Amino acid sequence: MLQARGLVKRYGQVTALDGSDFDLLRGEILAVIGDNGAGKSTLIKALSGAIMPDEGEILLDGAPVKLRGPIDARRHGIETVYQDLAVAPAMSIAENLFLGRELRRPGILGSVFRVLDKKKMLAQTIAFMADLQIGIRSMKQAVETLSGGQRQGVAVARSAAFARHVVILDEPTAALGVKESNMVLELIRRVRDRGLPVILISHNMPHVFEIADRIHIQRLGKRAAVVNPRDIKMSDAVAIMTGALPSPAAT
Amino acid sequence: MTAPAVAPARGWRVLAERLPPLSIIGPFVALFIACVFFSFESDRFLTGQNFSLIAQQVMVVGVVAIGQTFVILTGGIDLACGMVMALGSIVMAKLAVELGVSPHAAIACGLLVTVFFGWLNGVLVTFVRLPPFIVTLGTLNIAFAITQIYSKAQTISDLPDPLLFFGETFQIGSTAVTYGTVLMLFLYLMFWLVLRETAVGKHIYAVGNNSEAARLMGISTRRVLIGVYTLAGLLYGIASLLAVARTGVGDPQAGQTDNLDSITAVVLGGTSLFGGRGMIMGSLVGALIVGVFRNGLTLMGVASVYQILITGILVILAVATDRITRRGA
Amino acid sequence: MKEQTIRSGRRLLTILLLACTSTAAYADDVVIGLITKTDTNPFFVKMKEGATQEAKAKGAKLMTAAGKIDGDNASQVTAIENMVTAGAKAILITPSDTKAIVRSIKKARDAGVMVIALDTPTDPQDATDALFATDNLKAGILIGQYAKAAMAGKPAKIATLDLAPGITVGKLRHDGFLQGFGIKEGDASIVCSQDTQGDQAKGQTAMENCLQKAPDINVVYTINEPAAAGAYQALKAAGKQKGVLIVSVDGGCAGVKNVKAGVIAATSQQYPLKMASMGVAAGVEFAKTGKKTSGYTDTGVTLISDKKVTGVDSKDTKFGLDACWGTK
Repeated sequence: MLQARGLVKRYGQVTALDGSDFDLLRGEILAVIGDNGAGKSTLIKALSGAIMPDEGEILLDGAPVKLRGPIDARRHGIETVYQDLAVAPAMSIAENLFLGRELRRPGILGSVFRVLDKKKMLAQTIAFMADLQIGIRSMKQAVETLSGGQRQGVAVARSAAFARHVVILDEPTAALGVKESNMVLELIRRVRDRGLPVILISHNMPHVFEIADRIHIQRLGKRAAVVNPRDIKMSDAVAIMTGALPSPAAT
Repeated sequence: MTAPAVAPARGWRVLAERLPPLSIIGPFVALFIACVFFSFESDRFLTGQNFSLIAQQVMVVGVVAIGQTFVILTGGIDLACGMVMALGSIVMAKLAVELGVSPHAAIACGLLVTVFFGWLNGVLVTFVRLPPFIVTLGTLNIAFAITQIYSKAQTISDLPDPLLFFGETFQIGSTAVTYGTVLMLFLYLMFWLVLRETAVGKHIYAVGNNSEAARLMGISTRRVLIGVYTLAGLLYGIASLLAVARTGVGDPQAGQTDNLDSITAVVLGGTSLFGGRGMIMGSLVGALIVGVFRNGLTLMGVASVYQILITGILVILAVATDRITRRGA
Repeated sequence: MKEQTIRSGRRLLTILLLACTSTAAYADDVVIGLITKTDTNPFFVKMKEGATQEAKAKGAKLMTAAGKIDGDNASQVTAIENMVTAGAKAILITPSDTKAIVRSIKKARDAGVMVIALDTPTDPQDATDALFATDNLKAGILIGQYAKAAMAGKPAKIATLDLAPGITVGKLRHDGFLQGFGIKEGDASIVCSQDTQGDQAKGQTAMENCLQKAPDINVVYTINEPAAAGAYQALKAAGKQKGVLIVSVDGGCAGVKNVKAGVIAATSQQYPLKMASMGVAAGVEFAKTGKKTSGYTDTGVTLISDKKVTGVDSKDTKFGLDACWGTK
């Protein structure tokens, strides 16, 4: 679905990406792990359009694309959920879901007066959240009244609602407790089950091993390995990440 | 989030959720209580004519407060509003009276000047990235100086009729209502709808609430901010026309307390100074609260200094209420 | 390299500045300083005019400075310091903050500079060597006497449109009016008292509210002519402008025009030009002979009205327009 070949990115003297490759298959949850300085976040920024690589190419569904910015990436169907969630706390769930992509009323009201179709947006939000089985009582609630896990759920649901090809999640369970993390992991599975592949960046090994279909291990600006969590021990994966174990031949 | 055990909502919780939050009802309740109080204290308070009078007295600050509300909703503040308004009225008056320009053209020029200042504020805030407090402090001084120099600090009178139009009245029953009051109410209604029912309105709230989130969601924060400040400039221009119509003169010393007065109205109306929260009708209520107290206390024969004291207390109550209800969220 | 350029630049600047400020001393002229509240109020423009004329006539050099707005104390503090450094022998000042400026004035006086307050006394008044000002109490008394005589025994319902709490000028004029009218504070004939901050729009609002309270008001005392104009606007809107007597203080050209137009019945005219020119003369005298002026000097106040009444002396608007300050 989403591929990258030979990505290079330099920041002055530092080479963050040194010919990094990347493959995301349809319908999978791919976790990306790597130590600090491995180029993990730079890789994700390139894939989400936040930065443009100096060399290399990115292919979406086999065709090369140039992602000139996060909004450009969205237009190509790649949605990203950032660590700080990018929600407006005082606004409602429905309002946040459609933020920047509001629906307008049909006819003159919509085109000339640009009146919002609040009923439709609310209805769609309710339907979509129910589909993902996110249990929040009212979509009119302000996001700030939600718990951390519920907020994460809203952000993930928003990206899943609008993504056509890929959903990228940056540390979705980082700030959450056990119960809420499980809720979010369940949600991520449901997103995949609806046909959207998910790229998951996480430091949390247990979570990674729990839901990832494959794990992309980034090291020293390159892809060190892609492993299957069922075939490898957690400690070995960490070892490849830190370099204690040599990288197996890239699959 | 699979079938979470959502606790059955207790009765009062459901009611509390249905009712608008305290920061929204609060101002209306306060205004209502004030009116009830004063109607007991003086039998001249509760008349149509008195209310029409109060509306006239607040109409200039009321319109300025619309602009101020927009700016504050984006997390900014506009200290220059009163001076820009004064400049607008001097431009209109001087052109019409001393330079013999057609009154309608003079009005248009005045509006252009205030719109320019608004736009200037917006550009300085977005492109030069200076805090709105500092930017508008600067434009405040510039506008003031230009006003004094251009008018030689002299009031301009003998204004032609079109400039005085909004001060004229028409009858509703036995009450005389000024056109300016009607204009103010119309503007509030219009912008209330814009903020509530359009995407631009939502974007304004988003930029004030979490500008980074707005940006990531594809909203051009630059365009929103410049738009808001420019719109505010236009509203100050309308306010300057109302000021000229009400007092019958172009007064270069006018509007000196309008910045604080409009901010007071906005705060009393429940809008948060941090941006992203509040409603525009609140500012109208806030302006009316100040006007009602001023009028009511005068009818009671209370010295002016107590009006200032009470306004100060109300502002603190309003901000405190906002913070307390916020902490519950 | 860069540091050296900055240092030499700074040195050059300092030399230039010293040269500029010390030309005053080198020129052997007497230097007098004038610090007004603002640059733009016609009252202070007139003062500057008077000071400039007198300085020219006496061959003295005049340095001027002003605050940005009424109440801007900081600019006046800076101005005093600069003028003392520049060798001014006397400083004339209309203090924006009558208490806060006292410290700077003391420093100047300690340095041998004579300081004279114009128009507004400092608090305490003896913080300056002398005060040249309008007798604001007398200004109020004159219009009070006028109003009383003009009412000719009819029962009066008085509204006072005052300045703001705590400002001496406002209190003196208000008290003077009451004294001239022959009543005390709290008298039953005073039906409304509200502050206006000397602002026209606020004067209008205050008058409107007072009329709501007591529709039969027939005498209005106003702190200054803009407030009076606002009061008139309110009366006109209520259709009451013919039957109400408005009196005021200031004698600015716009105000005198309003007397001529019948908006204001009588106004006490004050003379900023005289204050400033007398101040400059006193400063030059001190510089030449070391004799200081002290105490309070009344710069005069004249009642201006086109309708004469018995018992109070007044001059007509022709005189008023000749002597007024502001744009004629």
